[in-house]
Amino acid sequence: MAAHDLHAWFGANEALKGITLAFPETRVTAIIGPSGCGKSTFVRCLNRMHEVVPGARVAGRVALDGQDIYAPGVNPVRVRRRVGMVFQKPNPFPTMSIRENVLAGLRLSGEPVPDPAGTVEKALRQAALWDEVRDVLKRTGSSLSGGQQQRLCIARALALEPEVLLMDEPCSALDPIATARIEELIHELRERYTIAIVTHNMQQAARVADFTAFFYQGELVEVDRTDVLFTHPNNRKTEDYITGRFG
Amino acid sequence: MPLTHTDREYEAELTKLRERILLLGAKVEAAIAGAIRAVVERDDVLAQGILDGDAEVDRLEVETDQLCLSILARRQPVASDLRFLTIALKLVTDLERIGDLSVNIAERALELNKEPALKPYVGLPVMAQAAQGMVREALDAFVSRDADRARDVLGRDETVDAYYEQIFRELLTYMMEEPRNIYRATRVQSVAKYLERIGDHACNIAEMVVFMVRGEDIRHRGAAST
Repeated sequence: MAAHDLHAWFGANEALKGITLAFPETRVTAIIGPSGCGKSTFVRCLNRMHEVVPGARVAGRVALDGQDIYAPGVNPVRVRRRVGMVFQKPNPFPTMSIRENVLAGLRLSGEPVPDPAGTVEKALRQAALWDEVRDVLKRTGSSLSGGQQQRLCIARALALEPEVLLMDEPCSALDPIATARIEELIHELRERYTIAIVTHNMQQAARVADFTAFFYQGELVEVDRTDVLFTHPNNRKTEDYITGRFG
Repeated sequence: MPLTHTDREYEAELTKLRERILLLGAKVEAAIAGAIRAVVERDDVLAQGILDGDAEVDRLEVETDQLCLSILARRQPVASDLRFLTIALKLVTDLERIGDLSVNIAERALELNKEPALKPYVGLPVMAQAAQGMVREALDAFVSRDADRARDVLGRDETVDAYYEQIFRELLTYMMEEPRNIYRATRVQSVAKYLERIGDHACNIAEMVVFMVRGEDIRHRGAAST
């Protein structure tokens, strides 16, 4: 997946000012930057979620397997099937069972699910939640702990068998142990998926990402291998931000 | 690091670390100068003072290490701060070794002072000045974050090595002339060797400064690095 000269607006406010950034396949790319730098807007443009906001607009290209997801005639719902998303706050459907939560995305896309039990188990296994919930699949999603709920949301995204997984601060509402489990999961998922993770926690970016991109005021300041960016960044702004010398 | 940290306490910790290193640097610089004077001026009291002062250098080394560990654990530094912290940990080891070498020089002074003077010292004070100058320049480059200045230090190592060769050859003539000179000559030769090692440690520090400032590792590049 690759964005090319991507612009995004909220009304007259230009939130992204021409971002060109490629996400290497089966690698984790972290996006860091201060609040309001456009990092969340950027990932929301990658699966056509930004345009859902009233007054929001996008220009530029996002190529998925070489095809522009913003080309005329492309169905945004199909794009979102291929590019899954996990949000900051775990948001399982509260009254739905764990099992139905996993299947919710598939059901909503209106496609038949030939082997629901198999799909549920596979997605929950991939999300490292199966062993904890295999005997309580009929309980509600909200009966789980925060960290389990977040892994349930990851399972729901994985059930659709996406190519890319977008994670928008997936651990900011979780305690350190639950965070460590999600991070471990990211390491496992990396073998199969291309992952983009937005995070406020720079140590998290340093821990989980192969590449890290620094955004500031709607622009991509610098992207590099994570170890390079955190030991010897090229740009002064990156240096000031990651060392805590900003403004 | 022109901008200061948003977190003032973190900034104060980094400043404290820098000051500790400089204090340690000042102590070992003084130790080199004192130890050489103890040899040249045949001063036992001065030599003993260097031996006694080493405990202070050791204490500063341990204290600096502890401060580094505490900052690493609590602040998880990155980028230029991380490079500063990692070289600080290594730099104190080199400084402490320089301190030890100064002690070794003082010990040789005490041994030599028990014997009649072998000869007037000409090359040794000049060599000592050169080695001490390398240490000072490396530390100044560290303070001013000046990679070019640090590279200059590397170029000066050859001069110190050449002094050692010269002093060694001269001492050989004394030893060949008269076997009774051997005891004293080997002690003087050791002093010159210690100075040569001090120059090497100064080079290590200078290489670290280049890494700290530019993020470029120039160690083990042979002649190309100088």
